[in-house]
Amino acid sequence: MFSQDTIVALATPSGAGAIAIIRLSGPEAITLANAKFKSVRQKDLTQQKTHTIHLGHIVDGPKVYDEVLVSLFKGPNSYTGENVIEISCHGSQYIQQQIIQLFLRNGCRMADAGEFTLRAFLNGKLDLSQAEAVADLIASDNEASHQIAMQQMRGGFSSEIKKLREELLNFASLIELELDFAEEDVEFADRTQFIALLSRIQEVLKRLINSFAVGNVLKNGIPVAIVGEPNVGKSTLLNALLNEDRAIVSDIAGTTRDTIEDEISIGGIGFRFIDTAGIRETVDVVESIGIKKTFEKIEQAQVVLYLSPLAPTAQNLAAVTVEIEKIKNKFPLKTLVTIANKKDLYTAEQIASIESEIPSILFLSAKNGDGIETLKDKLLGFVNTGALRNNETIVTNTRHYDALLKSLEDIERVQLGMDGGLSGDLLAIDLKEALYHLGEITGQVSNDELLGNIFANFCIGK
Amino acid sequence: MFDKEYDVIVVGAGHAGAEAAAAAANLGSKTLLVTMNLQTIGQMSCNPAMGGIAKGQIVREIDALGGYSGIISDKSAIQFKMLNKSKGPAMWSPRTQNDRMRFAEEWRLALERTPNVDFYQEMVSGLIVEDGKVCGVTTSLGIGIRSKSVVLTNGTFLNGLIHIGDRQLGGGRAGEKAATGITEQLLSYGFESGRMKTGTPPRVDGRSLDYSKMLVQPGDAIPEKFSYSNTKALNHQRDCHMTHTSALVHDLLREGFDRSPMFNGRIKSIGPRYCPSIEDKINRFADKDKHQLFVEPEGWDTVEVYVNGFSTSLPEDVQFKALRSVVGFENVKFFRPGYAIEYDYFPPTQLKHTLETKLIENLYFAGQINGTTGYEEAASQGLMAGINAHLKVKEENPLILQRDEAYIGVLIDDLITKGTEEPYRMFTSRAEYRTLLRQDNADMRLTPKGHKIGLASDDRLRRMEEKERKSESFVNFFRETSVLPEDINPILESVDSALVKQSDKMFKAFSRPQVTMDHMKTLAVVSDFIAKEELDREVLEQTEIQIKYSGYIAKEKNNADKLQRLENIKIPDNFDYRKLKSLSYEAREKLEAIRPVTISQASRISGVSPSDISVLLVFMGR
Repeated sequence: MFSQDTIVALATPSGAGAIAIIRLSGPEAITLANAKFKSVRQKDLTQQKTHTIHLGHIVDGPKVYDEVLVSLFKGPNSYTGENVIEISCHGSQYIQQQIIQLFLRNGCRMADAGEFTLRAFLNGKLDLSQAEAVADLIASDNEASHQIAMQQMRGGFSSEIKKLREELLNFASLIELELDFAEEDVEFADRTQFIALLSRIQEVLKRLINSFAVGNVLKNGIPVAIVGEPNVGKSTLLNALLNEDRAIVSDIAGTTRDTIEDEISIGGIGFRFIDTAGIRETVDVVESIGIKKTFEKIEQAQVVLYLSPLAPTAQNLAAVTVEIEKIKNKFPLKTLVTIANKKDLYTAEQIASIESEIPSILFLSAKNGDGIETLKDKLLGFVNTGALRNNETIVTNTRHYDALLKSLEDIERVQLGMDGGLSGDLLAIDLKEALYHLGEITGQVSNDELLGNIFANFCIGK
Repeated sequence: MFDKEYDVIVVGAGHAGAEAAAAAANLGSKTLLVTMNLQTIGQMSCNPAMGGIAKGQIVREIDALGGYSGIISDKSAIQFKMLNKSKGPAMWSPRTQNDRMRFAEEWRLALERTPNVDFYQEMVSGLIVEDGKVCGVTTSLGIGIRSKSVVLTNGTFLNGLIHIGDRQLGGGRAGEKAATGITEQLLSYGFESGRMKTGTPPRVDGRSLDYSKMLVQPGDAIPEKFSYSNTKALNHQRDCHMTHTSALVHDLLREGFDRSPMFNGRIKSIGPRYCPSIEDKINRFADKDKHQLFVEPEGWDTVEVYVNGFSTSLPEDVQFKALRSVVGFENVKFFRPGYAIEYDYFPPTQLKHTLETKLIENLYFAGQINGTTGYEEAASQGLMAGINAHLKVKEENPLILQRDEAYIGVLIDDLITKGTEEPYRMFTSRAEYRTLLRQDNADMRLTPKGHKIGLASDDRLRRMEEKERKSESFVNFFRETSVLPEDINPILESVDSALVKQSDKMFKAFSRPQVTMDHMKTLAVVSDFIAKEELDREVLEQTEIQIKYSGYIAKEKNNADKLQRLENIKIPDNFDYRKLKSLSYEAREKLEAIRPVTISQASRISGVSPSDISVLLVFMGR
């Protein structure tokens, strides 16, 4: 059973930072905070207006914990719909823990995962798909996915589905009318209009379904695999892209035994780079496992960066060409970028001669960063963000995607039935299913499994 | 005069009262049927017909459980039609035209033949209530009759008020007086009551009509019947006829609108939107210049005729003048004018699933008192109230039908969960799982239940089991028997279906949309099987449905099972909804008033939104 006690949790990521925010929500949030807050201007928090900020100290008797800013929100005009206090304290983990424990000792309970959002939902502040969007928003770390999550949270996505569902509902009720009043003096709507409506709905469903591919990429980042022989500088390239010492870099071939992944935002789009253990014949058991993984990773990637072993002194141009063909054959559907590292060591003539052999090759220097920007531009060019720029609805959620697919299947069956002159009572079965599946997205159908899933995807404090 | 205590007293002897008395008595309760007029038991107050879309299914369900309506309809039928035969099997709906006098007579005789039923003619004017429990009734003569339970089936009689033009007369039916006292007493116990309105068309002399100007509406060439028992199908039938109104008729009717109680504000209560009066139709569908009228004989021998579609409460002179302008009615003579009637009902949200009232224990309501319209709706509630009154008195578990088990389950759950603002009529679209609730399988759905409580006879159960067994073996026959291309292709060719090249199981060809049992019967091996196994029409029908619609039936079953999960989440009796601030205000009020038993029932309350249900689910800890 859901309880209406007052909960507390850290709202910012755990760990040290400049500032941390501790959030309290519940009927006693303001009185409990007031009991442990000493305002510099002697203010009584319980007497303050909603949406105000107050400077003071968190104290426990004579003991002062920290100087803080307290933001006060009164229910129902708060995130959770309850009284909410947000304490901005200094970011040391010690202070965070001290303050949280102070409130836990004095009438608060530690919030469960997703409980703040759960309460917002229970208090009617968010609908289900908005609640899901909150989870996405929190997890989003690039502009594009942030934009989708924001749009969804404002209800843009559910309202489009709601509109569709309403039209379908009209259609369904006409079919029902036709069935129950077959014996009576009632005129029914035109079948050709129904068929037009069906194809219009199919169009919209298909557009939304197709947007899932774009949406998914925007939400999760575009996977890019970096491949190449051991010790050609894959990890160095990754670090250059990430601007940090993420992968272990050394001259011993095969240092990267596992795959390493990291995400960066380029031009507002998330890219997920996957550093691989390199591909070469090996007898080392540990390394061969790594190579097996490499192939799996390439399978998942949309773009493959092949870091060639070319060097100004090496005469392996033919071998590299063969290798490129090999990759193309093995992964014909992946976008391939061939890279020659250590650009600084080449002369202009050498570069020109290699480029005449391999026209698409990109020269760069992972060490000094020369050419890294060109690579980034090239990656960005692969992304078609047209849908996003037009501000169209984009589907990012797998649950929504599944429901859309099922709805489309149902509608297509209705269409088939209409074409085949199927009786209305049988058409109605597929129509009802379509309505159910669309309703699952907007929360117009209550589904107990769905609730469990959504709220389990939050971390504490959100 | 009444020294013994009855188990069940049934007040009223219409479709609901008669079924209630029969059920309680057949189950073994000492039963008293009290009615204001013993000559009008089982009276068809409106049209002389039983069944129709969704209603025909209900009659079949009543019959399957061991009620009488199906048998009595069969015995008094003058015409049979299976409606909607061109649609899927969920829509096939049996309907009979009936001899009004025979129908009432058959009911009277059936009840007289039922042991345990006593009769008494008088107006019940009050209930005996002790400690929140009903203990009998008091009559207008001041006689007290004690009982363990009471079923009220007052129909349109509670403070009934008849309107014809600007005249009003107290009465429960044409020529019968109204019942008073009960509403007032129930209000004093905290019940809520309302007013509803219904109407009926004029009855005319068939000898004054010119049928040659009308369209003949015959019954089915091969008539079926309602009852699963051994009643007989008709071997000859009476025709109905069809004619229509015209712009002239509408103009003549409009002339009387200023004297219409519907339009001058005299009738304030709500009538059935789905069964509008002729003046309502003209008013609402002003662009239509004609409406259909069905001319239905009231019996085998009588000349009285019912003018279906011309329900009206306009002044009788306006009715007469307008009807005389209808094609075929130029010389019409009236037996009696149409009228509207207003009566008290009690919003059915005051009832439990057993139809027992929440406020007074052992008191049951059935029929129009619950805001329904229709003989079939009334009869089925009477049956369930009679059954449950008996079971309660004998301290046995109640019989509650689920929404995926019977239209009766849908009806009662709708009434007690949603209430009704206008006279409630059953539609197939009210059932979530129409495809499961068919007229052909009511016996398989309900006879085992009826038999278990002792209402459906051993013979009924045996018939049903035999039908089930035989259709199963016939389905298997089609699954297992192969047919050669040269045998099946002529059939496929005749229905423009693609021909086959190889021998295959019969089931496959039979599953094709246009192929029917009649086609399959032309194959010698099939007709031989039918003859050898002595398969009757019902087995053939059942087999055909099982083969041709198995996919849809399975899908609906699957969906029904999904919803069953919510049906299984029970809400505690004492649950305090007012504590849940997160519910909408409306939902809180409604939930508090109706107190649903399960989450699923809660979800059907109007004003309770899916997000309210999500809230409840979360609160219940799922």
